[in-house]
Amino acid sequence: MAGLKALLPRREFQVGAAAAIALAAMFLVPALFTGFWVARFSQTAIFAILASSVGLLYGRVGLVSLGQVAPYGIGAWVTLRLAFATSLPFPILLIIAGLVAAAIGVMIGLPALRVSGLYLALVTLMLAASVEIVLSQIKFPNGGGGFSGVVTQLSDIAPMRRPGFASSDVAYYRFIVVAAFIIMMAVAFVLTRKPGRAWASIRQSEVSALAAGIDVTRYKLYAFAIAAFMAGVAGGLFAGTIPKGLSLDPFTRQAAIFLIAAAVMGGIRSLWGGLFAGVLATLFLAFLTQNVWGHQLWTDFSLSLFGFGLLMNLVQNTKADEKKGIAS
Amino acid sequence: MIDVDGLTVRFGGVVSLSDVTVTFPEGICGLIGPNGAGKTTFFNVLSGFVTPASGSIRADGVELLTLPDFKRARWGVRRTFQTEQAIESLSVFDNVATVYEHTAKSGGSAARQTAVSEALDFVGLADVANDLVRTLPAKERRFIEMARAVVGQPRLVLLDEPGAGLPDEETAQLSAIIRAIPERTGATVILVDHDMELVQACCEWSAVLDFGRLLASGPTTEVLADEKVLAAYLGGDEALEDTLS
Ligand SMILES: Nc1ncnc2c1ncn2[C@@H]1O[C@H](COP(=O)(O)OP(=O)(O)OP(=O)(O)O)[C@@H](O)[C@H]1O
Ligand SMILES: [Mg+2]
Repeated sequence: MAGLKALLPRREFQVGAAAAIALAAMFLVPALFTGFWVARFSQTAIFAILASSVGLLYGRVGLVSLGQVAPYGIGAWVTLRLAFATSLPFPILLIIAGLVAAAIGVMIGLPALRVSGLYLALVTLMLAASVEIVLSQIKFPNGGGGFSGVVTQLSDIAPMRRPGFASSDVAYYRFIVVAAFIIMMAVAFVLTRKPGRAWASIRQSEVSALAAGIDVTRYKLYAFAIAAFMAGVAGGLFAGTIPKGLSLDPFTRQAAIFLIAAAVMGGIRSLWGGLFAGVLATLFLAFLTQNVWGHQLWTDFSLSLFGFGLLMNLVQNTKADEKKGIAS
Repeated sequence: MIDVDGLTVRFGGVVSLSDVTVTFPEGICGLIGPNGAGKTTFFNVLSGFVTPASGSIRADGVELLTLPDFKRARWGVRRTFQTEQAIESLSVFDNVATVYEHTAKSGGSAARQTAVSEALDFVGLADVANDLVRTLPAKERRFIEMARAVVGQPRLVLLDEPGAGLPDEETAQLSAIIRAIPERTGATVILVDHDMELVQACCEWSAVLDFGRLLASGPTTEVLADEKVLAAYLGGDEALEDTLS
């Protein structure tokens, strides 16, 4: 037992490992891979933030939200619109996008205070769907000027501006990695503090959390706000990777299901799981579609595979929920 | 002193507590009764998890039933659960610190450190403070719950069968810890347990519930000799009969 404990990675070790991975990603990847793969690695880092936001809600607080594509889309929208309409520095745009997304996240979280488990999954999926409808109604921004600029000709769509210090593809990729690293470290820090302990209590037993004096409602909303902030920033980073006109595809209900499935497959109990989900959902899939015959087949197959993993997980958790009655 | 007046709880057609009126004195009070008598339900009302159909509970001049559930811990209501609820993914220290940081009215991290360490010393878990709860056996987990119940400033400590499943030697340790709570914290303790030796050792005063009704209350020895109480337990609980015969 003592030997096992000594082998288990300590917190400092994990931070060091994360920093080493971030540095390797920043410098080795552009040196070793083509532009195509650097673009995939950009998506990996973005997806890792997004999947970790799902993991924070589900793995740490026990809230199954399928609605995280909504703050992701809102974050992309806000960043894109402000990038065209203002000259604010890019990092500020991301923070604004995160804050707006956090407000939406709290709204999505409100029904979560009443329902749980599969019901929560359905309610948040419906909310995500309604955000999808709104985004399509307002002609989800492509690249016109001003706040609401809509361009009908694809050829007229301008790419969103990137940070001045990171305008090339490789530099912007590094910027994404740094942003992802900062966000992951911030979340890891919060998890070791008062909110992290409160979330651990809530996940295990809400009645026991209430009996410990934890304002369960408030801490659940904190979790939704922080997770939505993460998704919003991820959305803003994502907007900068798209050369021509953002489409609605990454923010649809199908994307929502793919996201939670990938997050569950990657592992929701630790931030490493978020990174692994990113690798699965972007690099692994790209590898299959590039190198293995019949790429559409693989895309569909991976969705089924991820879906299966998700279902197993939900069934297990619902059973566990049923065991915790309030009378005991 | 906890004044319970006309407390009634219904779950659909089941009346789990029926017009219960009783005053718990200071110190350690026993609350006993056969399975399904309504003991845990009474605790759930005190915790705010169950809303009674009618009745009031006054403690230190405060109407407890008007406080929202999570604020009752801050006021001073603490409890352990019939199925132990120590938080598996946290360390022993963090388990206790969590209760402290959500109930203490003031105090920085030094005060928190001291309070948690004292509570862990009190239950004898100081040397496993940094262990993860999921690595610990049942007795330690029960004692973590005890530490969670006494850290900071509890005023009313509710113990729901803390001795269930513990072997004799550990029950003796538990008994010593329970008996030390009033002096350490000034809190009133209500102990629910089917182990009559434990109840007799800890409680000078006891109340008995049966089918949601108050059957008897008073000094523990008198209550346990009461004919109605014996009748309620007859055939139901051999432990009590053994203790009394
Ligand atoms: N949430 C609930 N919904 C429906 N019925 C309930 C609920 N909680 C308790 N009851 C019922 O109320 C009655 C009292 O139950 P309670 O758990 O309070 O008994 P108890 O005295 O704690 O018993 P035990 O010694 O077995 O723990 C039982 O008939 C039980 O089925
Ligand atoms: Mg009970």
